[in-house]
Amino acid sequence: MTQTNRLDGGQIDRDATLSFTFDGKTYAGHPGDTLASALLANNVRLMGRSFKYHRPRGPLTAGSEEPNALVELRSGARQEPNTRATTAELFDGLSAKSQNRWPSLAFDAMAINDRLSNFLTAGFYYKTFMWPAAFWEKLYEPIIRKAAGLGSLSMQADPDAYDKGFRHCDLLIIGAGPAGLSAALTAARAGKHVILADEDFRMGGRLNAETFAIADMAAADWAAQIIAELCTMPNVRLMPRTTVIGAFDHGIYGAVERISDHLAIPPAGKPRQILWRVNAQQCLLCAGATERPIAFENNDRPGIMLAASMRAYANRWATTPARRVAIFTNNDDGHRTAQDLHAKGVKIAAVIDTRPDAQRSHDYEVLQGAQVKDTKGRLGLTFVEVAQADGSSRTVECGALGVSGGWNPNVHLTCHQRGRPTWDDGLAAFVPGGTLPPGMTVAGAANGALSTHGALQSGRDAARKALGLKGRAPAVPKAEDAPVNQSPFWYVQGCSRAWLDQQNDVTVKDVKLSHQEGFRSVEHLKRYTTLGMATDQGKTSNMGGLAIMAELAGKSIHEVGTTIFRPPYTPMAIGALAGRMRGKEFHPTRLTPSHFWAKERGAVFVEVGNWLRAQWFPLPGETHWRQSVDREVTATRASVGVCDCTTLGKIDVQGSDAATFLNKIYCNGFAKLAVGKTRYGLMLREDGIAMDDGTAGRLAEDQFVVTTTTANAAKVYQHMEFVRQCLMPDADVQLISTTEAWAQYAVAGPNSRRLLQKIVDADHDISNEGFPFMGCANITVCGGLRARLFRISFSGELAFEIAVPSRYGDALMRRLMVEGEEFDVTPYGTEALGVMRIEKGHAAGNELNGTTTALNLGMGRMVSKAKDSIGSKLSERPGLNQADALMQVGLRPINADHKVTAGGHLMNATGPVDAAHDQGYVTSAAYSPALGCMIGLGFLKDGGNRLRERLRLVSPVTDLTVEVVVVSAHFIDPEGERVRA
Amino acid sequence: MHDLTPITALGGTSQRIDTVGDVCLTEMPDVALASVAARRGKEARCRAALKPLLNADAPPPGRTTANAPFESIWTGPDQWMLLADFTTHEDIAAHLKSHLADTASVTEQTDAWVCFDLTGPRITAVLELLCTIDLTWFETGDAIRTSIHHLGCFVICTETGQSVRILGPRASAGSLHHAITTAMASAL
Repeated sequence: MTQTNRLDGGQIDRDATLSFTFDGKTYAGHPGDTLASALLANNVRLMGRSFKYHRPRGPLTAGSEEPNALVELRSGARQEPNTRATTAELFDGLSAKSQNRWPSLAFDAMAINDRLSNFLTAGFYYKTFMWPAAFWEKLYEPIIRKAAGLGSLSMQADPDAYDKGFRHCDLLIIGAGPAGLSAALTAARAGKHVILADEDFRMGGRLNAETFAIADMAAADWAAQIIAELCTMPNVRLMPRTTVIGAFDHGIYGAVERISDHLAIPPAGKPRQILWRVNAQQCLLCAGATERPIAFENNDRPGIMLAASMRAYANRWATTPARRVAIFTNNDDGHRTAQDLHAKGVKIAAVIDTRPDAQRSHDYEVLQGAQVKDTKGRLGLTFVEVAQADGSSRTVECGALGVSGGWNPNVHLTCHQRGRPTWDDGLAAFVPGGTLPPGMTVAGAANGALSTHGALQSGRDAARKALGLKGRAPAVPKAEDAPVNQSPFWYVQGCSRAWLDQQNDVTVKDVKLSHQEGFRSVEHLKRYTTLGMATDQGKTSNMGGLAIMAELAGKSIHEVGTTIFRPPYTPMAIGALAGRMRGKEFHPTRLTPSHFWAKERGAVFVEVGNWLRAQWFPLPGETHWRQSVDREVTATRASVGVCDCTTLGKIDVQGSDAATFLNKIYCNGFAKLAVGKTRYGLMLREDGIAMDDGTAGRLAEDQFVVTTTTANAAKVYQHMEFVRQCLMPDADVQLISTTEAWAQYAVAGPNSRRLLQKIVDADHDISNEGFPFMGCANITVCGGLRARLFRISFSGELAFEIAVPSRYGDALMRRLMVEGEEFDVTPYGTEALGVMRIEKGHAAGNELNGTTTALNLGMGRMVSKAKDSIGSKLSERPGLNQADALMQVGLRPINADHKVTAGGHLMNATGPVDAAHDQGYVTSAAYSPALGCMIGLGFLKDGGNRLRERLRLVSPVTDLTVEVVVVSAHFIDPEGERVRA
Repeated sequence: MHDLTPITALGGTSQRIDTVGDVCLTEMPDVALASVAARRGKEARCRAALKPLLNADAPPPGRTTANAPFESIWTGPDQWMLLADFTTHEDIAAHLKSHLADTASVTEQTDAWVCFDLTGPRITAVLELLCTIDLTWFETGDAIRTSIHHLGCFVICTETGQSVRILGPRASAGSLHHAITTAMASAL
């Protein structure tokens, strides 16, 4: 038995058959089907269980507004919960499971909740699970979450890729129904760049679901003809399967394009979806309208759906939920469904029209002035109970009921920037109003033009207006133009378990309870009852809830107002928001010029910002990082080591006012620095706190190279640009980053000069006399390659930094290794670098931590009083200059075997250990191979006067107490003889 | 002549070429670059001095010049990036400084950047996955600073709809290359 509910016609490809499974059972469908249409064709109405009461549910709609027919689509890592069967495009091999049921969809043990509904009303959780408070997180919430809920996650990483992209247009048209197509044609023929986006895989909107004619053609054929014409136009981009999810600032719209969701697996290299950022000069919202249901007792049984959706299933997908159906309507549109289904051979049991003067039909019975008061059929509709105009009851047998309560314009995107829709009494619906997102206009049914002719005309006119098109407007083709006659009819009186929000199981009774308990504001109503809070954002339910609240409060619906619509318009995959930025591609990586060489040597890398830096270079036999690091430190101090320090920021500062500029940004003086000399510089923030440190080498009278710390390179450059452009706009200064242009290596150790003398061309004297400490020069190496040499030292040894253009960095490093063999040259990484700078007492990021001043760092006297520099004035604040201000000190453990840990706090040798008696804290710690114990740098109150004092280093969180002694921060070579050697 | 062997930004000894369909991504190591920023008060003299080097007026915002031997891109107010053939102009900064003298600050930028040429009839489909440039107007001679994969890049249109040159930060050449080739596989 296959596809017993398949009708004639439709826009499906009957030449091909697709096989798919639902809850393990195999079915057949056709290309063009959705999962819902194919299941209906196979006489499957039951597709899900409701959120709270686990009531059996079938599709309510045929589109993205669907609250009920939610399934887990696909399996394994690709399993996606809460997928709407009504929009899931059928493909061969598709597998879907129903969700939120156990053990099966037909028999769900949790349906016991439905029997307990008198207890599980709105606010039930808030009232019941109050005591004891501690139980909420551990017991109550997990149980509630397990009992209620939707689909389950695979708990595996998403195997698919997502892209992000950027498109621009003169006019973005959202929705390719009659209004959108009419607008697109108008704009495209005027030569404008047009993007036409539609969430459906087949463009045409309602035209694909209707039988009436446009320009003497079937509506769907007319749509196909227009789309074919648009396809040929180079200035038009058609984006089917694309949902515009939000209207953001400055004419930017988010749009999710489903590239591969209609395939079993995305082709290699192709994304599953693309999140487009569309930059639109103008936007035309042609999002159509959503039919609204009528609430009545047990209005949620599988088989009960919106009448126009039932019509869409019949006309577009050639299927019907049952062979015998009834219609419940308050307007003429319901009769259209009856006519179309009758024409397709479906038996119309009755049309139940609330209006006493409803039109009659020769083809089927119309019950005038009648209302559905109840329904029967646990797993699928079997009967409806009708209250007739004369007060009598009648039972109508049917397998499906189409319900039509009128239409609500889809105003959602007009509200994304807090615009509020306005109430239209004529339509008895909200229409776009108030403040729309700038550049947005609305046309067609979304703007209340509910007839086809009205939509075509409105689309054309809105496009012309938005684009400022002049001249005679092109004619609109002849089309259906029935007057719209919508009167409010929200629910059948006397009902209680009548469902408003079918996804969140909110009933008319719940809204009444909310009102009774004082939650009367629309926002309170929403949160108290969860009306409209489900993944469908209440597209089919909000209006009913508002109307009932308005009635109870004695207000108009407009006075009650709406809640805020927010992006995304429909649910979207989190992966689409991430795009390609995941895993190792979360951020770009920066590689040093010696990276490939270091990788060959087996270096262990560490991420420093985006940089990958060699942390240490393990040798065979070394099993612990400390072995490698201790060796690197020892070898460097004994002979010579080489470290890639390219990552330090390098900023080229030129201009006749370059020295004046540096005088402004550094707290110490630079104006008198001689050409060929380098100076250590400290930059302060405006508030007097240390910002960054580094060196500046004067390569010429009007040129400096400023170095920054690796971490602050971009921030310092930004700061310098700010100073240049805003604080010194008249100065002759030009800045540009050269960080990546030069491969720069520290060559450190007593044999560093001897090694470099083998590299540096002979005409450059780098002897101690010819190139003393803090010298800098443009030189050549290896037979003429331009290079820069700085005699600066972070390690405390005789040291140089040599720079060559980055492309030669790899070769230079290899050359240094070869030429250094006779000195046992040792490459060292950032760990050894850190150990040596701690041994030397040099401040780094740990010490420049955003709270410390020059005074704290022991550099108070560097802040020049003879000039005005950024931060110098505020560094004089009394609070920063107290007698017992923190001062940088060195720390050694009394017992050489004891650990010194960064982050620990310093306490007096005796007395309480608490914050009130805190003496300072440790910022950096390392094992010093030279001293044979751990050492630390830290800040200590009045530290300059407490040398040799014993303190306790404590870390209450790790239960650590170590006795330490305060020493000079310069553990190695305090006189600085080595660096000047 | 020195004896150090250069490597390309991607770490090879020769340029890397990747082709997907009819679009080709070519690493261009032989591009010499230098920034030129006019000195304060000498902007007009700087422009005058640039003219014979560019065989054109220095380009206005968003534009480039493409005459040998020095191509140029506008990079900021009175600032330009000049491009030349590396094999003949490795000394681009010194060369320019000798011509521009005290009218401009010149800084070697050759190895601060990695240069890729992206060519083929469907480059637009690739570029729209990479950057925010409005490709509906992006024409020969246009250049724009944009972000690709979080990296600040220059994109220069060398032939409308057919060819662009992308300058990105050299240290992130691998990431940039990955981003572009991934977009090529995705879009083509």
